Amino acid sequence: MIDGRRIAVCALCVNLSLVAHVTTAADSPISAQSRTPATTTRAQGLLAWQRMYSVLTHPRCVNCHTAGGYPQQGDDRHPHAFNVVRGSSGFGAPAYTCMACHQVSNADATGIPGASGWHLAPLSMKWQSLDDQVLPSATVCRAITDRSKNHNLDGPALLKHHKEDALVLWAFSPGPRSDGTPRSLPPLTHADFVAATRTWVDAGMPCPTR
Amino acid sequence: MALQTIMVNGREVSVDVDPGTPLLWVLREELRMTGTKYGCGIAACGACTVHVAGVATRSCVLPVSLVGKRPIVTIEAMASDPIGRVVQEAWVATDVVQCGYCQSGQIMTAVALLRNTPRPTDAQIEQSMGGNICRCGTYVRIRQAIKQAAQQVRR
Repeated sequence: MIDGRRIAVCALCVNLSLVAHVTTAADSPISAQSRTPATTTRAQGLLAWQRMYSVLTHPRCVNCHTAGGYPQQGDDRHPHAFNVVRGSSGFGAPAYTCMACHQVSNADATGIPGASGWHLAPLSMKWQSLDDQVLPSATVCRAITDRSKNHNLDGPALLKHHKEDALVLWAFSPGPRSDGTPRSLPPLTHADFVAATRTWVDAGMPCPTR
Repeated sequence: MALQTIMVNGREVSVDVDPGTPLLWVLREELRMTGTKYGCGIAACGACTVHVAGVATRSCVLPVSLVGKRPIVTIEAMASDPIGRVVQEAWVATDVVQCGYCQSGQIMTAVALLRNTPRPTDAQIEQSMGGNICRCGTYVRIRQAIKQAAQQVRR
């Protein structure tokens, strides 16, 4: 077990470091070395990234991070039924949006999943190839840390996204399928996913080489 | 059972139903508004389409408890809706309908499309209408009617 007090102190140091950096260079790319505090090593960060990657590539997440014109459904990640398409903004076709069925919360009576703002991730955040194969760890990591692709999110913003975004939260409470059985969950709890993200951010968001 | 209060076609109504009851059942069985049709019951065909806060929505999979304060508009209100009227006139002029069962859903989606996208491309028409199934195969006339209605809406 890791001493919780030590983590708290380290996290405080890191947060102060990040705040200082973001304040002075909010719009410039951040190299891993310039933000890596001594307290969280690159090796720890890479281990944390692998834990994150196991979540990001779970069907609850990756089904909406497709490379093509449609979302996916189910643990077998089949193309979404009913001629559902991505549309120009990721919210579906103009009069056939995700909200035609997906409401602000899960509809347990029907098995239709829901969360506020249901939509596909942008193509810049695709985590699959065009033939629906999950992209390698290094490729996903590079995309997530590329602020030209990730809506200009820096480390703290990525952490906030993983901690608070409604669709991220949904993945950990996906509700029942239409047959009443529970949807499968990502391999980490949400708390562990956030903790892994925090460790990775604290380590300077290192990416594996392959 | 629980009292659910919803706004339908500008009228506030209360129904005593299970919160999980799909809106379609509330419309047809409780409010006797049978213009909205039951097709598949799993959001696959679009026959049950209504507008919820302006968004074309499958009422067969929408539990009434999730409607909240969002206004619902059904096919019964389309004759008094400016775009709805234009679309219905185009439907008649183009002689779209064969058996007619799916057509209230088709019209509700078409109206939502033209309200958001007054100049829809062929791709936008096909993608937006792609979730509305017609077993009679009136798709070509539906697209023709939407284009005709779009011209009227723009005037």
